[in-house]
Amino acid sequence: MSETVKGSGATASEPVGKPADPERPGLGKRLVDQVVYGADWVVTLLAILLALFFGAILIILSDESVRGTFSYFFSSPGDAISASWDAVSTGYTALFKGSIWDPSHSWNVGSAIAPFSETLTEAVPLIFGGLAVGLAFRAGLFNIGGQGQLIMGAIVATWVGFTVTGPTFLAMILAVIGGIAGGAAWGAIVGLLKAKTGAHEVIVTIMLNYTALYFLAYLIGTDTFRDPDRQEPLSKSVSEASKLPKLLTWLTDGGSLRLNFALVIAAVAVAFVWWLLNRSTLGFELRAVGSNASAARTAGMSVAKSQIMAMLISGGLMGIVGASQVLGTANANNALTPDIDAGLGFAAITVALLGRASPIGTVFAAILFGALQAGGRSMQSEAGISIEIVTVIQALIVLFVAAPPLVRGIFRLKGSGSGDAALASKGWNG
Amino acid sequence: MATATVGAAPGIGAMSKGRLYGGVSMIVLGLYGLWAFGLGSRTSDGVKSEFSLNLTTATGLKAPDITVPAAATAIVLCLLAAAMGVIKLARPLSKRVNGTVTGLFFVFYVLAFLVWATAAQTLNVASILEATVLGAVPLVLGALAGVLGERSGVINVAIEGQFLLGACAASFCGSLTGSLVAGLIAGCLVGALWGLLLAVFAQRYLVEQVVLGVVLTMLATGLTGFFYERVMRVDPEKYNSALSFAKVQIPVLSKIPVIGPVLFDQNVLVYVTMILIAVVHVALFHTKWGLRTRAVGEHPTAADTVGINVIRTRYVNMAVGGLLAGLGGVWLTIGLNISFNKNMAAGQGFIALAALIFGRWSPVGALWAALLFGFAGGLSNAVQPLQTPVPTAFLTMLPYLATIFAVAGLVGHVKAPAADGQPYVKS
Repeated sequence: MSETVKGSGATASEPVGKPADPERPGLGKRLVDQVVYGADWVVTLLAILLALFFGAILIILSDESVRGTFSYFFSSPGDAISASWDAVSTGYTALFKGSIWDPSHSWNVGSAIAPFSETLTEAVPLIFGGLAVGLAFRAGLFNIGGQGQLIMGAIVATWVGFTVTGPTFLAMILAVIGGIAGGAAWGAIVGLLKAKTGAHEVIVTIMLNYTALYFLAYLIGTDTFRDPDRQEPLSKSVSEASKLPKLLTWLTDGGSLRLNFALVIAAVAVAFVWWLLNRSTLGFELRAVGSNASAARTAGMSVAKSQIMAMLISGGLMGIVGASQVLGTANANNALTPDIDAGLGFAAITVALLGRASPIGTVFAAILFGALQAGGRSMQSEAGISIEIVTVIQALIVLFVAAPPLVRGIFRLKGSGSGDAALASKGWNG
Repeated sequence: MATATVGAAPGIGAMSKGRLYGGVSMIVLGLYGLWAFGLGSRTSDGVKSEFSLNLTTATGLKAPDITVPAAATAIVLCLLAAAMGVIKLARPLSKRVNGTVTGLFFVFYVLAFLVWATAAQTLNVASILEATVLGAVPLVLGALAGVLGERSGVINVAIEGQFLLGACAASFCGSLTGSLVAGLIAGCLVGALWGLLLAVFAQRYLVEQVVLGVVLTMLATGLTGFFYERVMRVDPEKYNSALSFAKVQIPVLSKIPVIGPVLFDQNVLVYVTMILIAVVHVALFHTKWGLRTRAVGEHPTAADTVGINVIRTRYVNMAVGGLLAGLGGVWLTIGLNISFNKNMAAGQGFIALAALIFGRWSPVGALWAALLFGFAGGLSNAVQPLQTPVPTAFLTMLPYLATIFAVAGLVGHVKAPAADGQPYVKS
């Protein structure tokens, strides 16, 4: 049944802009064709390279000593070039060592996988968030309310977390379910308003973000939540039993590996969303409504129901991010803080865009951005390059991916065809 | 879509749902206020509320302080608020009268709240008004930028990014050259650049504009944050010192009691903003250019047919809008005497977007919306030291909730220009 509604990411393996041959050419030929015509994956790869290139320029421009060598560029260009190269290679080497593998710090399995454990730890919340935004995209909705849904999820998860103190595994599951409920409720409001009154989800979600933010600020100050022993705004810590157990601490030298049970939940979530979108009736309706709401209505589907369900599920997935923040990795206290969101609500949007709103694509996008985040930290500590550059690189990647004609133009590729069907322009009244 | 207040012409005698809900909730709220504000323990024992109407810096005529008996005043105000609900229920009202009645309800209710909050204390109303004006300046500028873009059919969600870039460039160039004007120009220009960038990606590469705005905002956040950490922070004296335009007293006008010093003893950017609101309003509704802009935003194909260059109109509008949004960013640093800091716009660009929508895509509407948002911010700051049982977080939330109500059609109906957000592709 998936032929009727064309999924947005379905064309990844086909050369773009070229009529399909009746005979299937060999693998080598197909690959060359895909590269020459700039298939989706080629564009994505080139977008990443372009973004890293601009990142390198930023590193050079912002480095004071390198700028110094450029002042006498014409008398001795070698100095400037080698200084620039040094600055960039030091930075990007640190990025690699911090996210994938650091040869100088691998004396056993535990230490060798430490960087990649960090990458996955950073990627897990992005997977949930990317799934959430991507699912809404497929239903034709732009969920930029991740921040608010995440906060509401974190609030409920924290409350369950410090209220329920055992037994171990059950308390954690309960807290995560609480997180899902909090996020889902906050998301469902958006779907409900959209379906019943036509209020544009972008505006409603932005407003709900701030509402949630102020609600959080208020709640942390109340007696129910506040940690009485602390001066700074911080809630009580969640109980030991409700924390997400760490997965790799049994390895030798693995005591500091932060990767936790959220990874397992993420795997389940990916499978669930994939099944929902590709195998379930509801998912079919979501995609139908997303591609053409009036056609779906004519076919007898309830647009309102699809929109409400899409936002509910999307919010629920965002709620898990909130839960995993508090129960897992956000801070050492496992407590609610005013900045519990940590920009994940917006980062999730870029992940979904890069992953072209498909569950599998989202996983890869999340791992890439997780790696950038983890590597960015070591870039900051080892090469003195501020971690903000990661935001720049992420935003640039998404910008280029969203404009394939630009990338194809820069690299003189032949293909045509532009942005993603799921992201078609609708405007406020759509 | 059939929304309450607009309600598709209800039969004579039948009461529209919106009127019923609106009227009843006004009465209920009014009566609740009567019980909470008028008859509660805070206002009992005949305590008085004192309102000071002058800024401490005021030089002209001063208005006398107002002292009222707290309980009685709150009761009267709440009854008046409830009466507005009764009026609404009693008979169908024209759109304009309905708006006035709703507005009056909020005025009475807020005043009742203030009387209650100030019981046995003093509140400086003039300083709330000043905070309102200062807080509204960037919101108005951002919303005007949005008006220009969206009236021509380009959605601009990147106002937040333009604020950040404008603020960063203004502080940097101002500090580096020692010239505020250089900072001002730099800030406006980067705003315009960002607007153009958005327009190019939207028109030439057909990227979904809301998504695009969010991504460009992220990019601006990253760029300014990176620049701040790597360059500005290294030598704040040289690259990022707090500067500000001097206050300019306007003769005569600044001597008016209460509002004189609030409105006419500010720095030049406040006056520029006031002028810009008028300019944009006149340009949009009373010039050829404005007519063309609106035509392009409502029906680009028709506009194209009569020879208007749709794409160029949109580029020009986004660039001019970008100048204004950049100015909003300039205000955040060298308008307020604050040095640049990471992410210092703190979502004000998104609130400007809300003001634009709340103000129904018109410059004057945006002004009122921005003042409302500014007032809510000023009010919650001023009420904080009064130690009311109502957490100030909830006061700060109100404008956001109001915007949700607005777009959900519960407070009138808002509708964007018809071609807003759709790239124009010539066929």
